[in-house]
Amino acid sequence: MQSALIQPTDRGLYCADGDFYIDPWRPVERALITHAHADHARSGHARYWAARDGLGLLHRRLGNKAALTGVDYNAPLQFGRVRVSFHPAGHVLGSAQIRVERDGEVWVASGDYKRDTDPTCRAFEPVPCDTFITEATFALPAYRWPDAATVAADIHAWWQENAANGRTTMLFCYALGKAQRVLAQLPADPPGPIYLHGAVAPLTEDYRRAGIALPDTRTVGEAPAAEDYASSLVIAPPSAAGSTWMRRFRRPATGFASGWMRIRGNRRRRGHDRGFVLSDHVDWPGLLQTIDDTGARQILTTHGRADELVRYLRERGLTARPLATLYGAGDGDEDNA
Amino acid sequence: MKAFAALFQRLDQERGTNAKVAAMVDYFTATDPADGAWAIHFLSGRRIKRLIGPVQLREWLAEASGLPAWLVEETHQHVGDLAETIALILPPARAEPTTDARGLARWVEDEVLALRDLEPDVRRERVTAAWRQLDEPGRFLYSKLLTGALRVGVSQTLVERALATATGHPRPVIAHRLMGRWTPDADFFRGLFAARSDNEDASRPYPFFLANPVDGDPADQLGALHAWQLEWKWDGIRAQLVRRADQTYLWSRGEALITDTFPELAEAARQLPPDTVVDGEILAWDQAVLPFAQLQRRLGRKRVSRRFMAEVPVRLLIYDVLEADGCDLRSRALGERRERLEQLLQPCSPPLTLSPRIEAGDWTELAALRDESRARGVEGIMLKRADSPYATGRPRGPWWKWKVSPLTLDAILLYAQPGHGRRANLYTDYTFVVPDGEQLVPVAKAYSGLDDREIRRLDRWIRRNTRERFGPVRSVEPVQVFELAFEGIAPSSRHKSGVALRFPRIARWREDLGPDDADTLAQVRALLP
Repeated sequence: MQSALIQPTDRGLYCADGDFYIDPWRPVERALITHAHADHARSGHARYWAARDGLGLLHRRLGNKAALTGVDYNAPLQFGRVRVSFHPAGHVLGSAQIRVERDGEVWVASGDYKRDTDPTCRAFEPVPCDTFITEATFALPAYRWPDAATVAADIHAWWQENAANGRTTMLFCYALGKAQRVLAQLPADPPGPIYLHGAVAPLTEDYRRAGIALPDTRTVGEAPAAEDYASSLVIAPPSAAGSTWMRRFRRPATGFASGWMRIRGNRRRRGHDRGFVLSDHVDWPGLLQTIDDTGARQILTTHGRADELVRYLRERGLTARPLATLYGAGDGDEDNA
Repeated sequence: MKAFAALFQRLDQERGTNAKVAAMVDYFTATDPADGAWAIHFLSGRRIKRLIGPVQLREWLAEASGLPAWLVEETHQHVGDLAETIALILPPARAEPTTDARGLARWVEDEVLALRDLEPDVRRERVTAAWRQLDEPGRFLYSKLLTGALRVGVSQTLVERALATATGHPRPVIAHRLMGRWTPDADFFRGLFAARSDNEDASRPYPFFLANPVDGDPADQLGALHAWQLEWKWDGIRAQLVRRADQTYLWSRGEALITDTFPELAEAARQLPPDTVVDGEILAWDQAVLPFAQLQRRLGRKRVSRRFMAEVPVRLLIYDVLEADGCDLRSRALGERRERLEQLLQPCSPPLTLSPRIEAGDWTELAALRDESRARGVEGIMLKRADSPYATGRPRGPWWKWKVSPLTLDAILLYAQPGHGRRANLYTDYTFVVPDGEQLVPVAKAYSGLDDREIRRLDRWIRRNTRERFGPVRSVEPVQVFELAFEGIAPSSRHKSGVALRFPRIARWREDLGPDDADTLAQVRALLP
């Protein structure tokens, strides 16, 4: 048997036959990027390839001078001995699985992905392969996502209730992806204006420029000092909770949207009024379904609950092992999921 | 069950106390009386006997979910709560909406308590059938009932406030009606609404009045000293002695009936006239007060032998009278109650004793007396306004406890395990060790003292620096030092360290210290009295 097509190195996942890295974390010559989140798209590489839909976001993250090549989904590229193509991962705008083929052997690196509906990005497409590199952020059976439209309706109903009581609705969620997904999925009859935190607004603008339809929003930083946010929905990153930035809102009702909110302890500990179970990562049933869909016989895992998933898959007769990567901030960091 | 599940969810979501009270008022106003009685039972932290152990439930859960047992266990560890794990990992309930309209009482009685009399196989059948037909919140609640531990996270005070609003009675009346022993049934619930409870239970104690800790120097805050009645703060068990209709009931603050634990007190209570209720502190006492560790030996025993009573003699030091000649005295001023109490105890002999007042000319003199607390075997000084009525709960103002500063030591974190409730999937229960030569010897377990941010940071550190795992417990690199505060230290043959700390808690995370800076076991033993 030939050497592994993709191997973990101290710089990132490396394909020797194509001489490129996937989502490397130390500077390299050629970097193929699955999506624009900070733990996957790092600055300092000489050249980048990524799905075309995500170029706007990547330029914002990496600067306008970064040598970025946009690639259409499903369009093949040749790197040395291997053929490479990008396929929708359904995680955030421009997210991709990267398919690598050498002499008929196919590996797919999924990056982060989900199977749930999300109007802000192309839906996940299963890619048949021999080896599937999957994330395992939520790889425990407790994580099963409710229908996203129902969650959006819950957020909307909560906003209406707060607005009726003259209270500002403050929703904390990850600034790239989650915030825009919430905006896109909210029902059409808003009880008040929508404001965005300064970290959310530019990314949202990038989504609009990429042609994603989103409701009208205003930016908190541009509002007059005496602005009354009483019936507003404000979307902010989790790091804004408890900061001085919050002082301008009088007694807001606060909520947090994340896959971690599935667990009651997390909901209560955060100290928010509400926790909404909404994740851009794959849940347990979706993960098993996806492995099934790819037909892969070998599964390599990254992030999170890798050990449990590996053991479970082995018991089901698959070859599985964890890959050491620096993706995901690790156990306990709950902000970006 | 649906209505109670909805109430539970609202209470779980709402942070504001007013919103929580409003949710309960809505529930109590609309509920069937029997359901309401069970709801109060659970909301006020009462339990039902656990019928099925966690090992059994996990086994049934593995079977019902089609998952391997080890994965169910890993998930349970991750989630932290078994009932929640059950709710989360079972496949979604069948599509057709359940037609089961049974209320909480029927569920508790038919589907939980009734399991007691069933064969194991039939039990499993019943439980898994219930799981299949319930939705997620219903499953969670039902499974909580099975494990016997439904903790809702509302205080007794809030439940009383809600019932006061729902019934239109003042809160003290409600608080009194909720005390003591009662059966959660429709009659009990209706009795709460009744204008006068005609079947008043003779054993029923009054709600305890609790003191707040003095923060800082009381001389700056409490004004003239002569307005205050001063007493020692005893380190014993707070108790209410109820003497009615020739019967005696001794209640602990946790509303446990402890009459049989202290037969000599029950016997001595015959010295009191009928229809008398007094409030005081049970202490181990032989010439003078003995350490709490001695009193602790008397606890948790169903039968107490004469010999053991002689080995650890006890007294009830009485400091208040709540009822005399069947008349509720709680609204009278403390000064008046004190006079009445002194008359009442005049003919009494030990083990019933009047808790003495202490005299101090000014705040400086009082502070000097407080400094003697440890030598006298007390925790500090109680300050009670002479004009204060006997209130319910812990209102700020009339009663203060001015305790001596705690003892402290610097110890190293060695073991951690997940907490419960809102800390269920965080490492929050810590075991601390101190060096004894080359060895590390456990000296204390502590559960509190860090704020949420520190808890999360330490949790992350623990996960990254785990050395070994023993079930839910992890051992970590012994490098993090914490300052522990505690109220007392006593020799102990049950602990490897040879000492037992009283009320240990984390005072500070000493990130400025390394393991070499921690106290040694010899230094800890030097603190022994």
